[in-house]
Order: sequence, then structure tokens, then C-alpha cells
Amino acid sequence: MSAPPRRKQVVNITGLLVLLALPAVALAVGEPFLIGVATRIVIAALAALSLDLILGYGGMVSFGHAAFLGIGAYVVGILAHHDIENTLIPFLPGTWHGTTAALVQWPLAVLASALFALVTGALCLRTSGVYFIMVTLAFAQMLYHFFVSLPAYGGHDGINLWQRSAVPGADLSDDWIFYYVCLFILLAVLAVLSRIVNSRFGMVLQGCKQNEARLAALGIATGRYKLAAYTLAGAIAGLAGALTANQTEFVGPSLMHWSRSGEILVMLILGGIGTLYGAVAGAATFLALEEILTSLTEHWMLFLGPILVFVVLFARRGIYGWLVGPESGDD
Amino acid sequence: MTEPILEVSGLTKFFGAVAASDALTFAVERGSIHGLIGPNGAGKSTTIAQLSGELRPDAGRIRFAGADITAWPVHRRAHAGLQRSYQITSLFPDFTAAENVALAVQARQGHSFRFLAPARRTPSLREPALAVLGRLGLAAKADEPASRLGHGEQRQLELAMVLATRPTMLLLDEPTAGMSRTESRRMMGILRPLKGKVTILLVEHDMDVVFALADAITVLVKGKAIVTGPPAEVRANEDVRRAYLGNY
Repeated sequence: MSAPPRRKQVVNITGLLVLLALPAVALAVGEPFLIGVATRIVIAALAALSLDLILGYGGMVSFGHAAFLGIGAYVVGILAHHDIENTLIPFLPGTWHGTTAALVQWPLAVLASALFALVTGALCLRTSGVYFIMVTLAFAQMLYHFFVSLPAYGGHDGINLWQRSAVPGADLSDDWIFYYVCLFILLAVLAVLSRIVNSRFGMVLQGCKQNEARLAALGIATGRYKLAAYTLAGAIAGLAGALTANQTEFVGPSLMHWSRSGEILVMLILGGIGTLYGAVAGAATFLALEEILTSLTEHWMLFLGPILVFVVLFARRGIYGWLVGPESGDD
Repeated sequence: MTEPILEVSGLTKFFGAVAASDALTFAVERGSIHGLIGPNGAGKSTTIAQLSGELRPDAGRIRFAGADITAWPVHRRAHAGLQRSYQITSLFPDFTAAENVALAVQARQGHSFRFLAPARRTPSLREPALAVLGRLGLAAKADEPASRLGHGEQRQLELAMVLATRPTMLLLDEPTAGMSRTESRRMMGILRPLKGKVTILLVEHDMDVVFALADAITVLVKGKAIVTGPPAEVRANEDVRRAYLGNY
């Protein structure tokens, strides 16, 4: 309503500058591998962001978010696989060849995960609360086991990509360029989502989280709005999956293991639910901690646990909520 | 005699072996305030829940404005103009009073698949919301979070939301529950001018409120309507005295 508090702007701009400068800093300190870490952060932030849309604003706790990542990644992987082998894509009517063109791969990745979200969401959203968590988890695990037992695409071992997606005018195998492409996508999605959550659609979505029965009693068919949000979240996570496949140049079922869904949830809780920016802060904190703690001990989860408990107990609104201070409510 | 706007016939709802509604039949005249009273456990709230669509009746029919709505989902009845308030105030606690009402305006205006324009700064949402808040004396609280309003103000806010949908009929489940005498009187002052414009089915414990406002009253005992009639007739009815008003 009122002008957003200044502290929030300072935090956001600082965050943006840090993200923009990361590759240069990595180079300056003589640790170019940090560009890879930064890329992972940006991609994970995209996934956490999509979860925040349905969880933070719609109150839908999805524990199967990794499934969308997996689908997005497998679309890229499968298309690249058939391109290299020069074979036709099976199971489809007509003749379809593989490709490495990002302009084909990425939109298809988005479409496929959106479609999966639409179909499974229509079923999952018949439930709520704990049941919703369990059903989303069940769908993700089904998909995980499906790809584990699919020898055509490597089963457990997955698919190795020989190159990143081809973008006209840019060479994604250059880590700098790839990082800035990912960052651009993250910022674009962030900008669009921050409009969506405050639009009419967003108000209905937030209403679903606060008091869905009231919304129905006012005459709003809540189901279709939740399903639309769920589908949009699936689409964004699918894009994150396509980028993940490019980043690691590998696609395997481990991408959609339930522990991956858990990681995304942890990132979001760590960063702050229902703020969008918190998803970015959470992904950065989680992966930075992982990087630092794994260099000290292989039992790094042992240290992450207490940190998470501390954040949940003492900074209810997550790291981002703590950074921007208590005076900033919703924007 | 005009055609009734709401007709309930043979409405039956069992919870286990207990009949919360037992072949309940009554009709509400268009534009009237119709009281629904009865001792505790008579099935008043269950009746409201079946009329609003939150509970499915085991048997019976509900006709509203000429349509059989028995099988309609909650949102469809609400969108058709049959709105309800709750015995325990039901709001969007994190939203401000204005945002609460704006959401109701949004519900009236059709679908909300609009993704980019900021809803809080949309005049076609905010202005009608502020107008309704003003009518109910909540203008000064428009930008307060609903959770920080007083109990009486929250009840008024809920009524503001419901009115912002421009309903043809209201199902009010104890609108003065938990209110002070003053607040209760103010609520009556809000409801009385609606007479003739909006049909109201009023469930109320406070007999002063019911007898002061209602054009007709249905008395519910054990899920059955034992009498429907004008207040004076109901007050004089022997069965009602025995069942209910004797201890009032």
C-alpha cells in the first residue's frame, strides 16, 4: 500500500549487485570454480521461487517439486541423446528427431513439466494439508522409479550430455555466459512473479492460503486458481530443470529423488516463505553453507540441521525476513 | 403474496442417528427478514450450512430464485447471490480491511485470471470496497490488518465483505454473537435498512434482535419447523412457548 520501506530496497539491490558481480569476484580471488557454485545457486533459486508461489502464497505444501525439475532435465537430456545417436524419439507418433537447440529444448521442458503439473495437480488438489504433501510426494517417487527402470535412457546411470544447449549468438559452454543467461532468467521470472502475486490472481491465491472456505463462500471457485498456480510453478521448475541439465551436463533420476524436493523446501524455509526474494536468499545460503561445510566435514548435514532449527525458531520469516526487518509487511 | 425467493422442502440431514434436519420445510419471502430461531442443537447452523452448500443434505430440495440449487457447489450459490456470514467470524486475517472487502468485490466481478495489474491499486476494486466500509462505519480502519480489529469490528467487516458482493439473499449466522449491547444495536442499525432490498435469513440467539427485525419467524426444534409466521403469532404459539420461549 504505502511506499516500500527503504531497508528492503537496500537489501534487494545489494543482493542483485552481489549476484551480478559473483563471476568477477570468483575470478579475482582465483577460484573460478565458484562460478559453477554461483550458477547452481541461481538455478536452485529459480526452483525455490516456483515453490514459493504455491507454498508461500497459495498454502500448498508440495513435497514433489523435484519431479518438475526432473522432467525439465530429462526433456533436455532425451532430445540431446537422440541428437547425438541420430535416432528417432520413440513412443511418439510420426518421426521426431533429437535436437540440441535451446529454443526447442527449453520451451518443451517447460511445457512437459507444466503438463505434468496440470494432470497431477488436478488429482493432488482434491486433497489438502498432510494428504496433499503425501500425494505430491507419491507422484514424484513414481516418476523417479519410472526413470530408474527405463534402460533406454540409462536407468540409474542417467544420460551424459556431450554439450550444453545451443543458443544462437551465445556459447553456453562458456561458464560466464551460462551464468548470466541463468541469472537473466531468474530475474525475469522474479519480476513477473512479483507482479502476479499482487494481481487479482495473486490476491485470490493468497486468500486460498489464509481462508479458502471463505473465498468459496464469497463465490470464487478456488480450485481452478490453485491448479493454475500449481501448473505455473511446475512450468518454472521445469525451466530450472532444463538449466540444471545444462549446468551438470548430466541427467539422472537422482534429480527427482524425494530428498531433492526436501532440499528445495529447506532452502525456502531458510530464506523465508511468501516473499519471493527469500527463495533466492535461501538458495544462496543453503548452497554456500553446503560448499563451506563440506570442505570441513563430510557430515555437513549435521551442522545444517541446527542452523535450520535456529532459523525456524528465532527468525520465523527466514533470513530474508530478518534482513529486511520487522517493519516491512507485505508490499 | 409474492413468490418466495427461497423454498426448502423436506430437507433431511442425519449425523449418525441424530436428525439435524428432519424433513424441514419452510419458505422465505423476497425482500423480508426471516428469523430462524430454536433452542441449542435445534439444527440452525446445520440448516445454514446446507443452504450455503457446505453440507450436502441426505434428502430434500432447496430452490433459490426459481432454480433448484440442491446440487450446486458453494461458490456457484454464492455467485448467484446467496451469501452467508459465519457464527465464528471468517476473514482473511493477514489482509487489511480494504483488501478483505476488495476480494469480495473481485468475486462479484467475475473471474480473477488477471495476472499483472496490481490489485491493491486497481480503483474498480478499491473504491467500491472503501464505499462499503464507509457505509458500515469502518472507513477509518480500511488499512488495518483484519486480525488487529476488535471483535465487533471484525463482525462488521465480515458483513461488509458479504454486502460488497451485492447479494440478493443473506444467510446470517448469529451476526451479533459475542457483541456488546452497543455493538449489537449498531449491527441492528446496519441490518434494518436492508429490509426490502436484500432478503435475510437471520439465525440469532438474541430474541430482542429477532423480534425487532423479523417480518416472519420459523421456529426450529430437533430439526423440524414447528411453526412459521409473523412474530406476534410465533410469540403467542403454545408449542413454541413449551419448547423454547418458556425459559426466555
